[in-house]
Amino acid sequence: MSKGRYGQYGGQYIPETLMNAVQEVEEAYGHYKNDPEFMGELDYLYRNYAGRPSMLYYAEKMTKDLGGAKIYLKREDLNHTGSHKINNVLGQVLLAKKMGKTRVIAETGAGQHGVATATAAALMGLECEIFMGKEDTDRQALNVYRMELLGAKVHAVTSGTMTLKDAVNEAMREWTRRVDDTLYVLGSVMGPHPFPMIVRDFQKIISREIRQQLMEREGRLPDAVVACVGGGSNAMGAFYEFIGEKSVRLIGCEAAGLGVDNPKNAATIANGSEGIFHGMKSLFCQDEYGQIAPVYSISAGLDYPGIGPEHAMLHDTGRAEYVAITDEEAVAAFEYLSRAEGIIPAIESAHAVAYARKLAPQMPSEQIMVINISGRGDKDVAAIARYRGVQIYE
Amino acid sequence: MSRIAKAFQNGKAFIPFVTGGDPDLETSEKLLAAMQEAGADMIEIGVPFSDPIAEGAVIQEANERALAAGCTTDKLFDMVAHAREKVSIPLVFLTYANPIYAYGKRRFMERCKQAGIDGIIVPDLPYEERDEMAADCEAFGIDMIPIITPTSKERITMIAKEAAGFIYCVSSLGVTGVRKEIQTDVRNMVAYVRKASNAPVAVGFGISTPEQAVSMASVSDGAIVGSAIVKLIAQHGRQSIEPVAAYVGMMKEGLKEIKN
Repeated sequence: MSKGRYGQYGGQYIPETLMNAVQEVEEAYGHYKNDPEFMGELDYLYRNYAGRPSMLYYAEKMTKDLGGAKIYLKREDLNHTGSHKINNVLGQVLLAKKMGKTRVIAETGAGQHGVATATAAALMGLECEIFMGKEDTDRQALNVYRMELLGAKVHAVTSGTMTLKDAVNEAMREWTRRVDDTLYVLGSVMGPHPFPMIVRDFQKIISREIRQQLMEREGRLPDAVVACVGGGSNAMGAFYEFIGEKSVRLIGCEAAGLGVDNPKNAATIANGSEGIFHGMKSLFCQDEYGQIAPVYSISAGLDYPGIGPEHAMLHDTGRAEYVAITDEEAVAAFEYLSRAEGIIPAIESAHAVAYARKLAPQMPSEQIMVINISGRGDKDVAAIARYRGVQIYE
Repeated sequence: MSRIAKAFQNGKAFIPFVTGGDPDLETSEKLLAAMQEAGADMIEIGVPFSDPIAEGAVIQEANERALAAGCTTDKLFDMVAHAREKVSIPLVFLTYANPIYAYGKRRFMERCKQAGIDGIIVPDLPYEERDEMAADCEAFGIDMIPIITPTSKERITMIAKEAAGFIYCVSSLGVTGVRKEIQTDVRNMVAYVRKASNAPVAVGFGISTPEQAVSMASVSDGAIVGSAIVKLIAQHGRQSIEPVAAYVGMMKEGLKEIKN
């Protein structure tokens, strides 16, 4: 059995052209994660550039309104570039630089990971090219310009369904074309080993901070941690430190689109089956012949037909629970948090807020729930307006 | 001697590639027979997949055409089994891991054997993951044809040692597609492979002209051509039998000039 397994999931199912490159990343990461100088530099960037630690905010109005568990919001939306993506990207781009790479490439869905990668590349002086589905470049035109402003070249991907999965395909193809000087900065806990591990390690700072901040404030661990799941990086970051703490419920919220029974959804845990794709064995939305299904969600960041291998394992073992949230529920939660707390969450994070609204009232008031607000919602305002029938274009 | 080994007994082997079911299964079946007739020594058949990450635009589009025309793994097996009434040269599948996995690995290999598929090439199953499929391949006598690329370097020995059927040497970085020039030192790469294995070596990726095929096959045992043929199919659709046969004939003639 190959390396990088999470139960039967994970592995390195990639073209031979990339094997040496991936092993080079694995070796370099194995070295630098134990290098105090590297980790010191990263910590400096987290504190002085990204704005860490991110706040853990007690959502008092929401808590009172829902009448159950005490609700805290982990404010990853306040990070530089507006989401948790910066945590991973600063780590990987710093790693690329240490490895002597001069160029980074990345896929992006909504544009959060693309913007974060372009930002880190600008900061560290590396060339940057971003692959984004044509459909998403149209939906998120502002983010395309933002990436270009940061010095990145953005490729609109016109193959397949022209969304996130096709952006990953094209980034992998590009990496096989030009592998020597380039690192593919994967944006989620997915792809071939070592990426699910590296991205998790750079994101686990979220749960480490939650633990520390909550111990200071409440002197105890949370009872539930709720996060949205596409590939699963913010959820893995929010869960990781608590996996060994059996009293903490870990709940991932995937995108049900128009409903789990409607073909237009992206709920991989609910509807997916085991498969091998994008470098990993995991769960995927696919047909009986293994053709990857076109998926749909109002949230471009959750619009992905697979899930990271470690989540697939946490699902199998029952350590984490996964629920599906529809577009309608997510939009309602987007509006709810905006009005209840004056915080506009990313439409991705709104999926977690939507489930919290269902769960919190069922929990006793002495219990504590943490919702990971993985990103801010400014990017989504125009799309939500359109969803509500208001014709605003960026 | 296996069917694949025999394919390399007739001078330098010419190995054309077509995507199964492009533009439809009926045409694919006719193409198999016509390419054999025109001198092909072995044929590589692509199993259509929604997300072929090792393919350039030409073969990606062929995959889309085949799926849109309703090709499924079951229908493809049926077509191959039927084509076997006329086609005796070795046939190998180029397939991504997921169509095999979804079909059931054992069931897939069993159907390969029944239909007359001699080997499989799986671009997203590197050496480190070969155990995923190796036992099922062996159980049904399906050769697992390994891929060696310009980046393989010190990995070549370990990969070549496990080879069955033949070894697929990729001439260039990147994805499949026609290239004006092939810059890799293929001669050196093949020489390295030969130190580790006696299996025949065929070179693919980027070859479209007889000159390129001659140049690649003269340092190896054969040339594989995909995109150039798939382009003809894209252009001529159901009428592609003649132009494809003419092309295959021309390429095989070219290879006959190589003396050794």
